[in-house]
Amino acid sequence: MSGETTMFESDSVVSLSNRVYRRRQLVNRIMLTLSGAAVAFGLFWLFWIILTLLTKGASALSFSLLTQSTPPPGGDGGLLNAIVGSVLMAVVATLVGTPIGVLAGTYLAEYGNRGWLAPATRFLNDVLLSAPSIVIGLFIYAVYVAQVGHYSGWAGALALAIIVVPVVVRSTDNMLTLVPNSLREAAAALGCPKWRIITMVCYRAARSGMITGVLLAIARISGETAPLLFTALNNQFMSFNMNAPIANLPVVIFQYAASPFEDWNRLAWAGAVLITLLVLGINILARSLFRNK
Amino acid sequence: MKSQSNALMDLLFKNLTRTFAFLVFILLAGIMLSLIYGSRESIAQHGLAFLWTNEWDPVRNVYGALVPITGTLLTSFIALVIAVPVSFGIAMFLTELSPVWLRRPLGTAIEMLAAIPSIIYGMWGLFVFVPIFQQYVQPHIITLFEGVPVLGEFFAGPPFGIGVFTAGLILSIMIIPFIAAVMRDVFELVPPMLKESAYGLGSTTWEVVWKVVLPYTKSGVIGGIMLGLGRALGETMAVTFVIGNSFNLPDSIFSPSNSIASALANEFNEAGGMQKAALLELGLILFLITTVVLAFSKVLLMRLSKSEGSRT
Repeated sequence: MSGETTMFESDSVVSLSNRVYRRRQLVNRIMLTLSGAAVAFGLFWLFWIILTLLTKGASALSFSLLTQSTPPPGGDGGLLNAIVGSVLMAVVATLVGTPIGVLAGTYLAEYGNRGWLAPATRFLNDVLLSAPSIVIGLFIYAVYVAQVGHYSGWAGALALAIIVVPVVVRSTDNMLTLVPNSLREAAAALGCPKWRIITMVCYRAARSGMITGVLLAIARISGETAPLLFTALNNQFMSFNMNAPIANLPVVIFQYAASPFEDWNRLAWAGAVLITLLVLGINILARSLFRNK
Repeated sequence: MKSQSNALMDLLFKNLTRTFAFLVFILLAGIMLSLIYGSRESIAQHGLAFLWTNEWDPVRNVYGALVPITGTLLTSFIALVIAVPVSFGIAMFLTELSPVWLRRPLGTAIEMLAAIPSIIYGMWGLFVFVPIFQQYVQPHIITLFEGVPVLGEFFAGPPFGIGVFTAGLILSIMIIPFIAAVMRDVFELVPPMLKESAYGLGSTTWEVVWKVVLPYTKSGVIGGIMLGLGRALGETMAVTFVIGNSFNLPDSIFSPSNSIASALANEFNEAGGMQKAALLELGLILFLITTVVLAFSKVLLMRLSKSEGSRT
């Protein structure tokens, strides 16, 4: 290449086009470098955050986190009550949200070819998917907490369920749409009624994708703080009562991180590590599950 | 007999799924109606002036939304200014430059940025990023622009560390994965023939991306940006930690201020009566803004996939 350019250097037209060519190459190289720098920029923050969690959180991790409840300032304690509360609410939210999401998603994919309901729902579901989670907390506060007159674990679970629904609707809809029609036709040719085709054939074919959707929804709600602030509130003590304010990891982290007490701050970091490991773990699990399909 | 029960089950199953699809449909309407109902006192007392009054005085019981609205829009704008070029670079790297074996791990790593819960961003921002930024970066930026006519005012003020700019920067990190993922997906929709023709004419990689790929995917790219904007507008916990939570209009992008979501997170539980109504109205405004932005994003993305369908 370089040999060629020296050969034609005397020719003025070629050297002019060489200059243009070189400028284009230069612009190209600059832009490609910037593009690589953008990737580095993204990875930089990811590694910085994970590194912080490992250094600050590792020292705070201990076995007592899992055996003791949140302490008063200055006392010894763990996060047991918060973990229990978070798990309870996440389980209820998943049990409520998943069937709703799966059935709604089934309608969109299997029955939604005609009519206005399916496209309109699909559109609004995508809006709901990215709606600010704090507004969902306000909604549950207005329709449930304010009517009943007290904060409760049920309210928190409901708010989380509303976050689960659009995620599951979206994944169910997408996964069922990917099921080849020949499967449905083969089952129909054997005289299978439509509801059995959907439940026995389509759900099975789309199973791993649908489970991935549920897992991603669980990952999303395990870290959600904003919708719990006005619904579940918090509780200093161990409680299994879903009809009263209940402790949960995100709100405990929020309150303890903002507090002036050093041991509370350390507990907040420990909780942060637990949540991040859990959420990243579920995400990676969900991805590998889907890829194996 | 058998076929009759099957027909009945078919009907039941179809209507069951339809009911739940309808439930999703009315959920959005329910959220909006409940917020309007909850904020009716504030709407009646403040009227439209709520949008441009900047008083927030629980003692005199007078409320205006100018400060939180400004804070929300300003932080989201800063986030977009940073996130859009970076996401474009990432999407370009993932579709055009990266070796194939590296694409999946790199893409997953960037998507992990979206998986980290927002409260973790907030904590990390306040306790790790802010001290370093305040001590080593912010003073230099302030002295660098001191005396420069417009930019000087823009970057003025004591280095608090926390403030509108910090909130915008952390928001940008949080929305990069969303925008980058959409851009990557729409870049992959470009027919290889188009790109190969451009390469065949001697275009450089950058020219192919800038003059062929980007014009082809324009509406999808804007849709992705709108999706990121919708996320940034409603983000609560991360912003609450680092914005400073003071009801002041920001004089420069380094001054502490407030956003709608962080005002809600900080004040809602302690508020009563008119203040609660005013906060619910703030929530309503936030919901309306994000719904419009997200709907716009969805329309743009649908337009791209529709034209894609008609071309093939």
